[in-house]
Amino acid sequence: MTLNRAFDEVWGTQEGRDGRPEFTELAGWINDTPHQELDRRQKAAEAAFRQLGITFAVYGEEEAAERIIPFDIVPRVFTAREWANLSEGLVQRVETLNAFLADVYGPQKILKDGIVPPELILGNPQFRGFLMGQKPPHGIFAHICGIDLVRTGPDDFFVLEDNARTPSGVSYMLENREAMLRLCPELFQIYDVCPVDRYPDLLLETLRSVAPASTRGNPTCVLMTPGHFNSAFYEHSFLADSMGIELVEAADLEVDDDIVWMRTIEGRVRVDVIYRRIDDDYIDPLVFKPDSMLGVPGLIAAYRAGNVALVNAPGTGIADDKAIYSYMPEIVKYYTGGDAKLPNVETYRCREPQALKYTLDNLDKLVVKLVDGSGGYGMLVGPTATQAQIEAFRAALVAEPQRYIAQPTLALSTVPTLVESGVAPRHVDFRPFCLSGSDGVQIVPGGLTRVALQEGSLVVNSSQGGGTKDSLILSDTPGEFGGGQSQSQVIGAQSQSQGGR
Amino acid sequence: MLSRTASALYWIGRYVERAEFTARLIEATIRLDALSARPAGRGAWESALLVTAADYDFGATGQDKTPRNVGAYLTLSRENPSSIRSCLDAARSNAKSVRTALSRDAWEAINRSWLGLRDRASTGGSHEMLGVVEPIRAEARGFEGALHRMLRNEAYSFISLGAAIERADNTARLIDVKYHLLLPEGEKVGGLIDRDQWTTILHTVSANTAYRWLYSDGLKPWLVADLLILRRELPRSAAASVDEVVMHLNAISQRTGLLGEADRIARQRQVAIERTSIDSIFGRGLHEYLSEFIIENARLDSAIASQFRFG
Repeated sequence: MTLNRAFDEVWGTQEGRDGRPEFTELAGWINDTPHQELDRRQKAAEAAFRQLGITFAVYGEEEAAERIIPFDIVPRVFTAREWANLSEGLVQRVETLNAFLADVYGPQKILKDGIVPPELILGNPQFRGFLMGQKPPHGIFAHICGIDLVRTGPDDFFVLEDNARTPSGVSYMLENREAMLRLCPELFQIYDVCPVDRYPDLLLETLRSVAPASTRGNPTCVLMTPGHFNSAFYEHSFLADSMGIELVEAADLEVDDDIVWMRTIEGRVRVDVIYRRIDDDYIDPLVFKPDSMLGVPGLIAAYRAGNVALVNAPGTGIADDKAIYSYMPEIVKYYTGGDAKLPNVETYRCREPQALKYTLDNLDKLVVKLVDGSGGYGMLVGPTATQAQIEAFRAALVAEPQRYIAQPTLALSTVPTLVESGVAPRHVDFRPFCLSGSDGVQIVPGGLTRVALQEGSLVVNSSQGGGTKDSLILSDTPGEFGGGQSQSQVIGAQSQSQGGR
Repeated sequence: MLSRTASALYWIGRYVERAEFTARLIEATIRLDALSARPAGRGAWESALLVTAADYDFGATGQDKTPRNVGAYLTLSRENPSSIRSCLDAARSNAKSVRTALSRDAWEAINRSWLGLRDRASTGGSHEMLGVVEPIRAEARGFEGALHRMLRNEAYSFISLGAAIERADNTARLIDVKYHLLLPEGEKVGGLIDRDQWTTILHTVSANTAYRWLYSDGLKPWLVADLLILRRELPRSAAASVDEVVMHLNAISQRTGLLGEADRIARQRQVAIERTSIDSIFGRGLHEYLSEFIIENARLDSAIASQFRFG
């Protein structure tokens, strides 16, 4: 598999200028819109993002170095059929993750039946043994999952990673769409696009649906942030704002008699559901890191007493561990009885001698990852690595093989992207957001497309210089969504012509 | 509303107001320095330092009190906690932490003014300095406009409350310093007082035209004091600011049912200022009156903080 022959989502595998039959019109739009015009719109979008403060703080840099994540004006488009297949697979995936978590923190049947090696769970730093037997309200652990998908061909989608802790990026899904509606209204005339702006409503519905039994009246839901120095703070405030709930920091909460309260100008208000965007390790200094200032002492006790729902539940990290990931096909089969509708990327568990040997023999062809790494750190991309990097990883692998997995370098699909010389293919991945409430799984038709802006690069992480695109999901019932959007587009056009006078 | 949110909103109100006031003060000082018949120079800038209570800290920098140095200190200095840059840093930091309580427009006005100063390393001479402070004033007006389009809820009340408390303080300081500075020991009120300084006061609060509308006599110091302290028609006057504080505290207590020490002090002040005439103020001593006013304003500020558990 060579990287320069990757499947392109618009042009397909052919060299022609017509595009895949489904996307002839999109191809036409890309061909017919002058480069300068696309560039102008992209700059306008980025200026708006900067002004709105949709920024991303880069750790280790001064606050002054807040960045915006580069936005690409050429959208990625999914057909209704592609989305239908994907969402079916996604529902199966997150239902499995929740079943797995309930089992691991409950009867542990999957370990007893020998599907997943027990030591992989019980010895895992993400496993919270003290929560054994603790059932979260309504039995749901992973309420919000960001499943990273990659594509290699017309029908070949793979799950790259399950993010079951505090996946971020959904604000970009929403803001990118706003920017596109304003700047490229003609695209929404060409296509009937499913709207994404219901997401905050669905999220709030999900939060309310998992309120604990002790809730009296309407559940009080809050979003808990580490504070405005956190890289995802914009998203935290954006979500709290769109849901109309309080955005709290640890200092705003106190636990008294196993009940969580927030401090308001009118006194204390009881809290029922906390959508926390803080990792387990920091939420309660009495249980986790004692020196953490981000946490609320006693929060875990309140959770264990059944007086508050934590979203996602503590301990979900075990489900998105990369070592567990490699067992997902078996885990899906175990709980659903069927095959995974969305396959995994082939994964070598370096803890297994055979796999380790294969990995060491093929380091220049593989991607090697730390099982507990994230954000594109602690990663070797064999084909583009230097000899020195490869040797460093070889030594690390030999020393602690259990800390690594390896995967083949996939020919990730490309999407036309605006670059200096015009529009050129760049590799992408895709993160849809799945909500699990007491009434089942809901997925807003959309997600975050991340794009590697460097030619040939496969690294799409925003902390590594990746950008984002809007992801349009086409409606299979034409006209259903078109009306509302062409309306907003007319308004946009009017204000623009007034601005020009 | 979270106590932390209320506190941050209140301080946004104060910091934006303070940044705007300092910007106005700089403009008026540049004007005083440049346009008056007898160049005021050093004295004008010294008094600007006094008005913003930055004279002591500026002295500690060891710099010469040139217009350039003082201008830079009041505008861009990170060491000066009341410089325009420091105020905008603090306002933006507060705004960022409570974005959910602000409207998009209100946030954007703060963020834009912050972005405008962010990459600026020096203010240069007075012409460039005007170029720096003018946009600050414009953004502050934009923020005020956005504020008036926000829901009339607690968020609105706390920001406005902070702004009114800050405004009362600034106006009182402005009159006190300028007046004090210019009235040598034993000098009689209404004597040989530098006209330019009184014009500067009016300029700082954009009240020249207002003055002409309300008073038919020429520029008289006690009338300027009357306008800035007692005339409710002037939104920046001490009386108007005191009224506004009462109004916003009322709105908060109506929505939350909270009534406390802050309400009590605020109403007392309102009654007191209603019963005061400019003659009695001058009779007691303008400086004494203003000093008490400033101290009382600070007492009200701490009563607000404890009543709403700013913590």
